[in-house]
Amino acid sequence: MATVAARELADGEVVFVGIGLPNLACNLARATHAPNLVLIYESGAVGAVPERLPVSIGDPALVTGSLMVCGMADVFQLFLQNGRIEVGFLGGAQVDRYGNINTTVIGTYERPRVRLPGSGGAAEIAIHARRTVIVSKLSPRAFPEQVDFVTSPGHRSGGVPRDALRMPGAGPVRVITDKAILAADPEAGELILAALYPGVTAAEVKASVGWPLAAGRDVGCVDPPAARDLELLRRVLDPKKLYLKG
Amino acid sequence: MADSAPKVMSMHAAIAAHVHDGDTVVIEGFTHLICFAAGHEIIRQGRTNLTLARLTPDLIYDQMIAAGCARKLVFSWAGNPGVGSLHAFRRAVEGENGPRLELEEYSHFGMVARFAAGAARLPFWPLRNYMGTDLPRANPRIATVTCPYTGEVLATVPALHPDVTIVHAQRADAAGNTQMWGLVGVQKEAAFASRRVIVVVEELVDESVIRSDPNRTLIPGMIVDAVVLEPWGAHPSYAQGYYDRDNDFYVAWERISRDRDELRRYLDEFVHGVRDRAAYMEKRPGLATRLKAKQRHASGVNYGF
Repeated sequence: MATVAARELADGEVVFVGIGLPNLACNLARATHAPNLVLIYESGAVGAVPERLPVSIGDPALVTGSLMVCGMADVFQLFLQNGRIEVGFLGGAQVDRYGNINTTVIGTYERPRVRLPGSGGAAEIAIHARRTVIVSKLSPRAFPEQVDFVTSPGHRSGGVPRDALRMPGAGPVRVITDKAILAADPEAGELILAALYPGVTAAEVKASVGWPLAAGRDVGCVDPPAARDLELLRRVLDPKKLYLKG
Repeated sequence: MADSAPKVMSMHAAIAAHVHDGDTVVIEGFTHLICFAAGHEIIRQGRTNLTLARLTPDLIYDQMIAAGCARKLVFSWAGNPGVGSLHAFRRAVEGENGPRLELEEYSHFGMVARFAAGAARLPFWPLRNYMGTDLPRANPRIATVTCPYTGEVLATVPALHPDVTIVHAQRADAAGNTQMWGLVGVQKEAAFASRRVIVVVEELVDESVIRSDPNRTLIPGMIVDAVVLEPWGAHPSYAQGYYDRDNDFYVAWERISRDRDELRRYLDEFVHGVRDRAAYMEKRPGLATRLKAKQRHASGVNYGF
């Protein structure tokens, strides 16, 4: 998943790096095909070049050698709201048919069955980044037709399309999962099947989402990770398996 | 107004003088420079009914919630960064009976904007945000305003005015002129928004050190009420150039906080069981050697004219 997510980033882009797997994907991209990627962390590190995999997005290694360190008011106002962020990476406990993400509660807000951490910077990244990429493992629980709570809006929220809500960014263009890549249908804003991992069937993916998943015109096949990338991930970037499981 | 009363005092004296039951308390610092030593002293002094505000409650507010200090939490991301959950927080809000802790929830941008409004003494702060999210439904204090120049509808958040803000920093002088480097979070805005400010530092330095590098001063002494010298006071958070984050402890908190009894034993031993930070460090031999920062010095600049 980390290698597939890393491919979403082009060299030289300005990316807002989130916690968890996106952190690993961005650092992998920087170590391979995108050495000039500008990593911006909500903690205030701009142009970070971490010498170790940051455990959190406020790791001291993000500061050492970075281009700039600024306060968080500057991160959100001068970078994000100013329109300087090209790609935002987001994850979440639930992702729905229109790419809305829930990281707040499972159940109702007033009586949550599971209380999740909340938005952090995700809501504003989803609204402002010129495009976002969602990374999440595929399962019926994680991909319901409708999320319990919209923390970070996708292409249609409460029945209203994104452009009518006047959000500056384009929203989630791709969803990277462990079985397939989903993409937003440009007309309907609905997530559809774009590509399958080797050995995975469309039926398997359709059974893992809570809505009738449409397939794109050309469902591609995702290239398996290069041996070099796996080596980098396992030996250099995440030897303690902070993000890599199994 | 310049005040001649001495500001340098012990952590015990600073908390006793400036943190009262029922106060809105902010211990800021984004991952970096989170003043655990102050949180622990608040627990030791048995403060209750506090409104705790911070972007990321982190382990310190989880501990204060577990210790019974908190009535309400104002926040934007309540997790254990890079690890998982804050279990004392979750126990206080999950389940059929409804929350035992009042919540007022924003996103990071919203919290930053609340501090900015408070610091500028404005009633609210406008931001282009929250359209399409359920956050305003969960928190009616997130509102909107129509721009008088463009007609655009913007989101608003109310100013936050803490009774007391506690800032950890690398160094300050005896008057409270405070210098900080590395991630600065919203420390400056939180301090200016607050009625009282306690600064806790790794080193107390002469005024001449501050004056040699004024661009590094984030908080001027004129807004500071108390200065506490407390080396290692941010552990298990970190102080750039002094010590690294104790990631092992953040991982261990998952296990400790999951179990009420284990959490109580932790508080008994490392909070109630010690008098101050020096005693806390004595209980953790090897810690200072393991986490001590390596040397990475900046080249200086010429302030001459």
